[in-house]
Amino acid sequence: MRQPALEVTNLAVSFATRRGDLAAVRGIGFHVLPGEVLGLVGESGSGKSITGLATMGLIDPPGRIVSGSVKVNGHEEIGRSEAELRKLRGRQISMIFQDPSTTLNPVLRVDTQMIEAVQAHEKGVSHSAARDRCIAALTAVGIPSPEERLLAYPHQFSGGMRQRLAIAIALLNRPAVLIADEPTTALDVTIQSQVLGEVQQLAAETGTALVWITHDLSVVAGLADRIAVMYAGRIVETGTVAEILADPRHPYTAGLIASVPSRNRRGTRLAQIPGSAPSLVAMPTGCPFHPRCSSADAICRAEVPPPRPVAGRTAACHHPLSAAAEVQG
Amino acid sequence: MTEMPARPILELDGVGRIFARKPDIAARIAHRLVGSPLPARVRAVDDVSFTVQPGEVLGLVGESGCGKSTLARMISGILTPTSGRIRFEGGDMADMSAGDRRRAGLAVQMVFQDPMSSLNPRLRVVDIIGEAPVAHGLVRPADQDGYVCDMMERVGLDPTRRYLYAHQFSGGQRARIGIARALAVQPRVLICDESTAALDVSIQSQILNLFMDLRAQMGLTYIFVSHDLGVVQHISDRIAVMYLGRVVELAGAEDLFAAPQHPYTRALLAEVPRLEPKKRQFTGIKGEMPSPLNPPSGCHFHPRCAVAVPACATRRPALRALGAGRMAACDLIGEEVAD
Repeated sequence: MRQPALEVTNLAVSFATRRGDLAAVRGIGFHVLPGEVLGLVGESGSGKSITGLATMGLIDPPGRIVSGSVKVNGHEEIGRSEAELRKLRGRQISMIFQDPSTTLNPVLRVDTQMIEAVQAHEKGVSHSAARDRCIAALTAVGIPSPEERLLAYPHQFSGGMRQRLAIAIALLNRPAVLIADEPTTALDVTIQSQVLGEVQQLAAETGTALVWITHDLSVVAGLADRIAVMYAGRIVETGTVAEILADPRHPYTAGLIASVPSRNRRGTRLAQIPGSAPSLVAMPTGCPFHPRCSSADAICRAEVPPPRPVAGRTAACHHPLSAAAEVQG
Repeated sequence: MTEMPARPILELDGVGRIFARKPDIAARIAHRLVGSPLPARVRAVDDVSFTVQPGEVLGLVGESGCGKSTLARMISGILTPTSGRIRFEGGDMADMSAGDRRRAGLAVQMVFQDPMSSLNPRLRVVDIIGEAPVAHGLVRPADQDGYVCDMMERVGLDPTRRYLYAHQFSGGQRARIGIARALAVQPRVLICDESTAALDVSIQSQILNLFMDLRAQMGLTYIFVSHDLGVVQHISDRIAVMYLGRVVELAGAEDLFAAPQHPYTRALLAEVPRLEPKKRQFTGIKGEMPSPLNPPSGCHFHPRCAVAVPACATRRPALRALGAGRMAACDLIGEEVAD
């Protein structure tokens, strides 16, 4: 097997509060190969964004990484100094966020921000050479007349264009890994598919490993190679897109897929998962999904199910569904 | 079921809304003297006409800035149209006496997107839900408590929690509070403006099911505004597609998804992410939505349209009937078939 571009093992992140430590991410592991797209799917509060931030080394107090390892191209990231991490970020591993207007500096022109990003990581690149690279990057993400747009400020771009700008900056130094945290959630469907198309093409061309964090299963269905489903700080199921979507084995994954409206016949009642996701302060014992699960029994209430291989993929469930099992609504 | 003979519950006739800043005195003088332009006007909704039958669910879809929320707000009476008429059960709100208008206003209620910004953070749930029916004389003050309990049970909330504040509930429960508040004044029409957009998928399906249960129990009529085509497809009987303030296509939900007629609808439906485990090439409609401050001439969609002809830039296509209750605003649809 090739060396993964990103390898995360047993990562745990918790936040110190007055009510004690809250574990937001509870020991998760995954890997992404160069050129591969991993969809990290979960609902609000599942820990998917914290996982993204932790792999970038961006967890600030009161949060801290309790344990685990994050390797980019085989090099351990956890435990490095802030100065070393700064060198890695943007060059080895980049991130794009949901709202580009908060990640771009509103008082700097686009060319200032982009040229700075090039020169920060490569000493000795001339201003004009860096500028040429910026123009190429803007062209690659589909921004028309890039020479003129370089002289504009971020607020002069539309939402979709601003997100493209953020993607262009993230890919300037051809990082090995790109973490995308819900970058198309705020965009309209037509703009979303333009942006998805460009990211898809760029990741394939540059061999960048892509982690696409989202709550929307249908976005990763068309984009990702593999999917990891998160629930309450743990990965409950990992597998290829086809395996997960066509034949989910964890009851939560199955419930999530069944509740997507387009999966249901028009006008019928939607399949629904009863209850809501547990709060970090009141995590149930055993399997965190058991209060909402129809097949839960005594062992589910007592023991946390470890990730186990099931039919070619991994699922963390004491009673994984059998093939083509019907989900109860 | 679109050809019901019953009197429509809502009729929209050429409804339009223009937003404009009032020019200050300096701008008016400059305009008089040297003809400098007055502040820009945005035609957010432009000549929209349709009817809604009792018990029907009408979906209103479109991208941000297409005017769907403005239209929903006009139907609910929050905004007044700058042109055209909105009739509720045959009566025009603008012609009614104050009392009739209040009764008609109560009959059309709105459920908002973000429960946190539409629920008063300083009121207990019992007052959030119970204040309006008491104020409007639908319920005697002494009966408020019992009435609220009944409403809470109806939307799947635990009535023993009625003395808590909105922030003490989860996102899905807050959405239910917003629905209970709208239902408390016994409306006939419920306007849902992106009411499930902020919810997780597993919670969204609970709320959509609740909407459908309430429709069956209470015979409600819905206007369901959403950018999520999957949600609208699931819940609607008929769907109106909007682009830059105009309705470009109106058809039964199944017909629309099976065979979209307008080029914009076709492109839009092609972009919907589907839950199919298959790598697909995302393409997108070329270009972006033009600014509503300066919309393109003729057909608003022509600069992005794959099949546009030169005439599209000058002639505004009318929304015309295509048979089987379908309507589309594209002059090329008939010609294409003829070719």
